[in-house]
Amino acid sequence: MTTMPSVDARDDGPLLTATGISHSYGDRIGCRDVTLDLWPGEVLGVVGESGSGKTTLLNCLSARFIPAAGALTYRLRTGEAADVYAMGEAARRMLMRTDWGFVHQNPRDGLRMGVSAGANVGERLMAVGARHYGAIREQVTDWLGRVEMDLGRIDDLPTQFSGGMQQRVQIARNLVSGPRLVFMDEPTGGLDVSVQARLLDLLRGLTNDLGLSAVIVTHDLAVARLLSHRLMVMRRGEVVEQGLTGQVLDDPQHAYTQLLVSSVLQT
Amino acid sequence: MTVPATTQDSGYNFAYLDEQTKRMIRRAILKAVAIPGHQVPFGSREMPLPYGWGTGGIQVTASIIGLADVLKVIDQGADDTTNAVSIRRFFARTAGIATTEKTEDATVIQTRHRIPEMDLRDDQVIVYQVPIPEPLRWLEARETETRKMHGLADYGVMHVKLYEDIAKYGHIETSYDYPVLINGRYLMSPSPIPKFDNPKMHEMGALQLFGAGREKRIYAIPPYTRVESLDFEDHPFQVQTWGAVCAICGDGESFLDEVITDDTGGSMFVCSDTDHCGRRVAAGHKGPGGPEEGE
Repeated sequence: MTTMPSVDARDDGPLLTATGISHSYGDRIGCRDVTLDLWPGEVLGVVGESGSGKTTLLNCLSARFIPAAGALTYRLRTGEAADVYAMGEAARRMLMRTDWGFVHQNPRDGLRMGVSAGANVGERLMAVGARHYGAIREQVTDWLGRVEMDLGRIDDLPTQFSGGMQQRVQIARNLVSGPRLVFMDEPTGGLDVSVQARLLDLLRGLTNDLGLSAVIVTHDLAVARLLSHRLMVMRRGEVVEQGLTGQVLDDPQHAYTQLLVSSVLQT
Repeated sequence: MTVPATTQDSGYNFAYLDEQTKRMIRRAILKAVAIPGHQVPFGSREMPLPYGWGTGGIQVTASIIGLADVLKVIDQGADDTTNAVSIRRFFARTAGIATTEKTEDATVIQTRHRIPEMDLRDDQVIVYQVPIPEPLRWLEARETETRKMHGLADYGVMHVKLYEDIAKYGHIETSYDYPVLINGRYLMSPSPIPKFDNPKMHEMGALQLFGAGREKRIYAIPPYTRVESLDFEDHPFQVQTWGAVCAICGDGESFLDEVITDDTGGSMFVCSDTDHCGRRVAAGHKGPGGPEEGE
């Protein structure tokens, strides 16, 4: 019997492997000696208080900057393992806009505020060479529909949208190229709880349906519990505990994790 | 009308700029020609006219012009507008060279916002005055980033602007300074010429030089170089049409300006290229004329 070769089934290694990632800002430590594997279809949560190095780690993992020490290997669609930090800039940019996505906490950082929602979503397609307006438009419409945007507003500027809607546009913009790996930095930060809940629902649906791998940085343990399969707890730039999400949150071993879990307001 | 060479005013170096500056600009031009469409920085000098009036073009012209040259200057196609007249007189005084209004007699043509209707030859040079040399500027404000984008030929974002036009207006609305790709590599701003003139840049016989004085950049298109205007497969590049002919010479294929003739809404279309229009009238062509006077 023959089956369609699936991207995730073809290779059985991890999608992303980080080894000994360390980065510091002068004397201040960003993150120290972080090693992790991310498997296809897996959602990894990174939690910790402000200043614990979560965002620094995310930036290193997504090659937004290159850390002082460490190596990062990514398994390409061809099955070949690529050393991301050693790649040429052109190849890295290509990877970032095809196979990867990056959802910023503040949608203003991830969107072009001067062009319409449709153009924001279509940009990635045009960046990789799509030159047929009708086809681009169709894909854009499809994706804005999937993030539950009102399609009558496809040509409105992001500045005319609420924060939650801007975040949806940003998500559509990242997913339109069919990435295999998405990095998210506090995707629901700064939104009110009802909008947060809908957005989380959407994200969970999308990661499930598309088999996306994701690294989600958050300080909100509830978000981590809802979205991630595996959890890493960071403190002062180091990983103090990691494991399955339920296990870490229900039976925290490290004193800091215990503090973190017990600090959540009980209702 | 051609004004023969005279002697230059004393007290100026030939063509105003000092020799070291001209050498520096020539070096920039050589580099620009070697890398078609690539913006080369140069040390732009103070000129005796304000930024935005053609300081870039005038420095390029000053660096390439010689005693044997005949200079033509046009502003929006016309030889008799303030900017054109004053730049022509500037070089007549500081270099003592011959000037002309005839496209076929000129060896150097400095232009603001138009390309002459007549095909240019490979013994001519056309110098464009450029306000904003960076075609990506309105999409990406950081110079470090735009340079990187040029380095990596990372131009997808330029299509975002065209996409916006189609989404808003149903067609590509950008009608001047329409972005072009030079020799399949560098994205370039053609300076604010109407997109009507873009096809003329493709495989043009003349050397095309671009000078931006305020932004301190020079770039070039060597003769017979491929120049493509960006577009979408289902919305191909198109030039403007008017559905009218020139009131003076009757030409329906040149770039037309609409001239308001009275305060009751009357107007007429005339050729923007005054030399082209005059040549046609001299050859016996006649237009329908403007609105009747004295009504």
